[in-house]
This record gives sequence, C-alpha cells and structure tokens, in this order.
Amino acid sequence: MSMLELRNVSKAYGEGATEVDALSNIDLAVERGSLVAIMGPSGSGKSTLLTIAGSLELPTTGDVMINGTNVVGMSRNDKARLRRRTIGYVFQDFNLLAGLTAVENVSLPLELDGISLKRARAQGMMALGELGLSDRAERFPDELSGGERQRVAIARAVVGDRSLLLADEPSGALDSVNGEAVMRMILSACHGGVAALVVTHDAKLASWADRVVFLRDGKAVDETLPLQRPEELLDHDATTPPAS
Amino acid sequence: MSIRHSLLALLSEGPKYGFQLRQEFETSTGDVWPLNVGQVYTTLDRLERDGLAESDDLDADERQRNFRITGDGKEELARWLRTPPDLTQPPRDELVIKVLVASRLPDVDVYDVIQVHRRYLVQLMQQWTRLKEDEAHFDLAFALAVDAELFRLDSVVRWLDAADGRLRRSNHESTMDASVVPPRIRRRTGAHR
Repeated sequence: MSMLELRNVSKAYGEGATEVDALSNIDLAVERGSLVAIMGPSGSGKSTLLTIAGSLELPTTGDVMINGTNVVGMSRNDKARLRRRTIGYVFQDFNLLAGLTAVENVSLPLELDGISLKRARAQGMMALGELGLSDRAERFPDELSGGERQRVAIARAVVGDRSLLLADEPSGALDSVNGEAVMRMILSACHGGVAALVVTHDAKLASWADRVVFLRDGKAVDETLPLQRPEELLDHDATTPPAS
Repeated sequence: MSIRHSLLALLSEGPKYGFQLRQEFETSTGDVWPLNVGQVYTTLDRLERDGLAESDDLDADERQRNFRITGDGKEELARWLRTPPDLTQPPRDELVIKVLVASRLPDVDVYDVIQVHRRYLVQLMQQWTRLKEDEAHFDLAFALAVDAELFRLDSVVRWLDAADGRLRRSNHESTMDASVVPPRIRRRTGAHR
C-alpha cells in the first residue's frame, strides 16, 4: 500500500466561463522510503497538487489516499488529526513561529495532538539531535541561519514518527551548499521509512529524488525512467546518449 | 580539459614518474576524467620538447623516467591558471541546433522534443547526485567535479525551460490580434539600433 496515492485527481477553480483547470486527471503514488519530485514551471499546478496531497484542499474530482485512507469525505476533525499525526510540511520560507524557540517549534505539533509537554519536548529534542541541532534548541528562529531554520522545519515535519513529508521548494531560499544539506536530510528521512513528495522548478533539487514527475498545465506529462546505475557515468564506454 | 597544464600542476608539487602522474591526475579530478597512460607520455614528451618539463634519464624505461617542472613550466602554469577560457564565441551546441530545427518543422512538436531532452538531462543529474550522496566515502575532488557537472547540466535544463516558455509565448502572441502584440525582441547587430 502506498503512503500517498492520488487517483484521477482534478482541481478546477471558478465556474462556467471563468473556470480554470489547475489539475487534470493526476495519478500519483509515493511509497514509504521513497522521494518523489514534481517538477514544472510556475503555474503548472505544483503547489495545488501539494496542498491536495496534504489534505489542505479537496480535489474537485478524484481520491486522495493517505496510508490507505481516503481523505475525500473525511470530517474536518479527522483530517486535522491525520495532518497532525501523519503529515509533515516544509516550506521555502520555513514558516517557523518567531515567538517560539527551535525545540518549541518542533514539539508544538505533538502538544497540539495532546501529548504531554514533557514528552513532546523530549521528542522534539530527539528530532533536533538527529539533524545536528541539539545546541540550537533554545534559540529563536531569528537567532538561526537560513540553513538552520530549514533544518528545524524538517525536524518539525518528521517529529513524532510522521510518515509523509510534503515539501514546497524546500531549499529555494538557501545557497547551494545549505540546499544540498536540506535535501540530504529529506533523503535521510526517506531512508528511515518516510515517504516524501517535493515540488520544485529546480532540476538540481529534483535530482535527489528517486523519481521525477513533470507537470505542465496541470497535467503529468512525463516522468523519469528508473534510475540507471550511477557508476556507469564513470565507465566512459557504457555512457549512451538519449534516444533521438 | 587541459591535460598538459594539469600534469604541469602535478609536477609543480615535485618530481614524479609518468605512471604516478596518471594515478594522481585521476585522483585529483575525482576519477571523473580517466586518462590512458599513452596520453600521459605523449603529453610529457611535448612538455619536454617545449622546455616546460625535463626528465633525468632519457635512456630509462618510460615508467622509470622521473619528470620535473622547469622555470618556464612554472611560469606557463601560473599564466594558464589565470587565463580565462575562451567563452566569447558561443559553442555550436547540438541541443540548441536540435531545438531550433524542431521549432521550424511543422510536423514536429517542439515541446515534445524539449521534454525528451529535459527528461534525459534530469536522469543524468539523478545519477550524478547519487554518486555524491554517499558521505561516508566523501572525496573533495570528486564532489567538486560532480558539482561542476551538475551545474553544467542544470544550466542546459534551465535553457530548455526558457526555450519552452519563450516558444509558448511566441505561439500565443501569434494567435492574438496584432494590435495588442507587444514589440518583439529585436536582434541587435553591432552598434546599430
């Protein structure tokens, strides 16, 4: 069973003559342990796809299965619980709460889910520790670098054994070295069993994914083939050009 | 890739044998650019001929010849490191030509052509990224060479994205009323406007 599955998902905004199809007949599955990237230009529907995958918005038609449960038709409270327990979000601009320290930001979703303050904090510290941020736990977001803020955001996204990570241009605001560090962390979460969906227009970022789906005008128009053996790149006799 | 100057750079660290130079060249470029031993000796012979390197014993087996850099070689190396490569003339890029040709042919979907190449390039980038993913065996020279390749491929993908957008806009404009079409970008030649 896929961690995330979009079945024939379409999304339209407006009505009648002003109706705009943001997404059309999207089928997409993300397995546990895998990182899938959605790549496309501005306005291709990437962010709409991500908000629907994260149950923040409902599709006009189609089904959104998260860990085997259809989000469409679910009550508002059930969706909120699912989001708190299962889904983590990472945004380009970090979206950390300025008045809370790093560890408070990370443990907040657990507290909101009814976990005791002490236990939530312990789990928050553990998540920060895994991302090398133990010594930054008591700092406020404006006391952290951009790279550190995004690492805190990733810790918040995966804390409490959440199993679906959704990221919107997660390294877009960072330089290439910090951006690479962020992608390594997302990949590391995947190696730990998390399913991750990243939307981006950046090929360097998408290249960390196991599979890249290309989106154009709300339609999935193409996707990468299964990954070839990378070592072949260093075997100059084996490298072949694209089929023409 | 200048093998000539890379070998001079290795010799500037101290005298070396030809076989050793080949191994060190491959290590210093992260094993991304393999070099056959014949290329090494041909290049060393030319460096000697040009007075940029010298060897101790011309009668010895090639593997036993010890090469070292000369004063002229050091000057040549310093000059080369600071000389920008010639980027003034656009290369005759095969991919650019394919897209330009596809955009003129009525029976060819240029966007499909662009997507075929975009997908191939992203797949290549996935392979390169996987090669540097393993931090346990981190090699600085290899990471730098892989980064260079990733940035190069990324720039080609960006060009394809830009070409895709420009062609779509151009097609869209051609279907609009001529009176509302904004002025096209004019090609400038020399100082004339």
